[in-house]
Amino acid sequence: MTFLFFIFAALTLIGGIGVVVNRNPVTSAFSMIVSFLGLAALFIQLNAYLVGVLQVLVYAGAIMVLFLFIIMLLDIPKAENKRFPVFTLGASVVVVVSFVTLVITVITKSGVGTAKLPAIEAQKGPGQSDVHQIGELLFSTYWFPVQIVAVLLLVSTVGVVVLSKRELK
Amino acid sequence: MDWYIILAATIKIVVFVFLVTLPLVAMSVWAERRVSAAIQDRVGPNRVGPAGLLQPVADGIKFLLKEDFTPNHVRKSFYWLAPALTMIPSLLTCAVIPFGSQLFGEKMVIADLDVGPLFVFAVASLTVYGIVLAGWASNSKYPFLGSVRSTSQMISYEISLGLSIVPLLMIYGELNLGRIVMEQAQNGWALLPLWGEGLSVKGWLLAIPLFISFIVFTTSMFAETNRLPFDLPECETELVAGYHTEYSSMKFALFFLGEYAAMIIGSGLAVTLFFGGWSLPFGWLTPESIDAEVPFWHGLIHIGVFFAKVILFIIFFIAVRWTLPRFRYDQLMKLGWVVFFELALANVILTALLLMWLK
Amino acid sequence: MAIVVKRPKLKWYEHLYLPALAKGLRVTMGHFFKLLSGKTKVTMQYPEEKWDANLPEYYRGAPALVTDEQQRERCVACQLCEFICPPRAITIKPEEIPSEDKWAKVEKRPKTFDINMIRCIYCGLCEEVCPEQAIYLRKDYAITGTSREEMIHDKEKLYEIGGVREGLVNKWNELK
Ligand code: SF4
Ligand code: SF4
Repeated sequence: MTFLFFIFAALTLIGGIGVVVNRNPVTSAFSMIVSFLGLAALFIQLNAYLVGVLQVLVYAGAIMVLFLFIIMLLDIPKAENKRFPVFTLGASVVVVVSFVTLVITVITKSGVGTAKLPAIEAQKGPGQSDVHQIGELLFSTYWFPVQIVAVLLLVSTVGVVVLSKRELK
Repeated sequence: MDWYIILAATIKIVVFVFLVTLPLVAMSVWAERRVSAAIQDRVGPNRVGPAGLLQPVADGIKFLLKEDFTPNHVRKSFYWLAPALTMIPSLLTCAVIPFGSQLFGEKMVIADLDVGPLFVFAVASLTVYGIVLAGWASNSKYPFLGSVRSTSQMISYEISLGLSIVPLLMIYGELNLGRIVMEQAQNGWALLPLWGEGLSVKGWLLAIPLFISFIVFTTSMFAETNRLPFDLPECETELVAGYHTEYSSMKFALFFLGEYAAMIIGSGLAVTLFFGGWSLPFGWLTPESIDAEVPFWHGLIHIGVFFAKVILFIIFFIAVRWTLPRFRYDQLMKLGWVVFFELALANVILTALLLMWLK
Repeated sequence: MAIVVKRPKLKWYEHLYLPALAKGLRVTMGHFFKLLSGKTKVTMQYPEEKWDANLPEYYRGAPALVTDEQQRERCVACQLCEFICPPRAITIKPEEIPSEDKWAKVEKRPKTFDINMIRCIYCGLCEEVCPEQAIYLRKDYAITGTSREEMIHDKEKLYEIGGVREGLVNKWNELK
């Protein structure tokens, strides 16, 4: 089923390019959703059903809706075809160069096509599906980081509530 | 082997989605009109074909032949994309719903995923885009307000919808819809634990959180599918026709049918999760295990039972529509965020406690 | 004076909303099953069931001209109906009856007599005003046509609808 991989990889890339290239913010947001969907399909091809489905459920289904909502409500106009300031240009060059270096290093350091991933031991759990295994891991081995993340999210939620609450006079 | 799988999947997709679900959509439009007429002491469409059964065909022809008008002020590409985006996710969710046990040794589900309910929610959450786009691309104020309403409503209720079935998944310890149904077939439906292992103190105690989940799930589903009493996105008195005000002809029909398709899939999911899917009550004609051979005519009966249950649920949908008045928008939001969200969370904790205690 | 409408105090189970839903469903489903069992009286299924048998005595349908028992047209073209007709639906062209005619002493008859059924409001004034009892409102109600011209009833059509009226008809009695 390699041709499916190529189809979805192409979809992901086209979506990604679309985000950058499009001048209309709504079109950009849609390209991003397309890219997310392609990514989710790639995950599912790796039998990582939970990750793939969560990718759609959380990113494509919830977060991007809010993005789109804000874009539409604020009615952000099309980006003008203006010249980039030197600083932005310089920063982007730095980012691109470092990313390319990173990719090149990763590719040259690892044997492409020959390296093997370490074997995964099947987790003991009530079921065999990846959901069971991820759940087992999260709530036994990694219970502490999970709690930390939860507290972090709670803090940010409380922060938002405090910030958005109007002063009582 | 490969070809065999692809062929079987194709046949299942074609038969289940295009030959069963789509006609069922059309029939539920007909049923909606006839049942609502009966509730209001009227007769309803009874001219086309016997008892008006061909009315959907006539409607379809009308929609196809009408002028497909694109207003001048819309954002064309998105305007065209929106109706498709409401219809496609609704049909995609058919993939994981088990609509029968087995036929010719082939499981009667298109994709036997291990994350069934999650997949349904993930794909259903994409329906929002069709509505958002319709409102935004129409470039006029009523559709826009309608789509804003609809979107916030759907996002809000998605949370309680997702949380409401967590207790059920905890109790069955399973995310595969096929195996959940099997479990219910052998040990009592989630809401009717009257046979097998369900007929015990444990089964009855666990039915309490399941009942709460069922109420939260069903109500959230009404909100998700924009049905009355939660049909604020298209409430005529305030918003003309909501997000599809600017649409005509087949594009309008797609919104219309997408909504009904979502309703059918929702009913299918509710039946699968809470009413034992394709199984008959009291363990009649239930196969020994998930992989056991099922006689041909048992398989047929199972499929029939599933659709009978779905149709009953659709009629419930329709009856509720003509019973309850429309909510006010702040009431709707309050119900979603203050009542159902908390109720669903508390229900999860209750289930966890019960499970711990009963172990 | 402002009137304070007291809101009913709901009991705890009424706050749950579900009992109200059940009650409502009982009402709607009651109507549903009543109709299914045929207990509810529904409207007439029009093209199959016609109004004809159910029309009241005093029903005012399409106006039409009648002849008497000697095949004489009763109308003497006095044009009173044309004059009284509120929407001016009637157009009459009178002509003199030639002296060799059997009914020459009647003197006048309509050459053309058109009633525009798009205009007619079925008020019955023409019937009331006619001194010769020549025009009557019949019970025909399904007056249709595919063009405006078709909707204008000419003399021939009017006599066809009207038919024969025998004897001196007292227009206020039951027999219409
Ligand atoms: S019924 Fe009334 S409106 Fe009709 S032709 Fe007679 S007078 Fe005119
Ligand atoms: S129908 Fe009667 S009122 Fe009218 S012109 Fe003839 S006689 Fe006169």
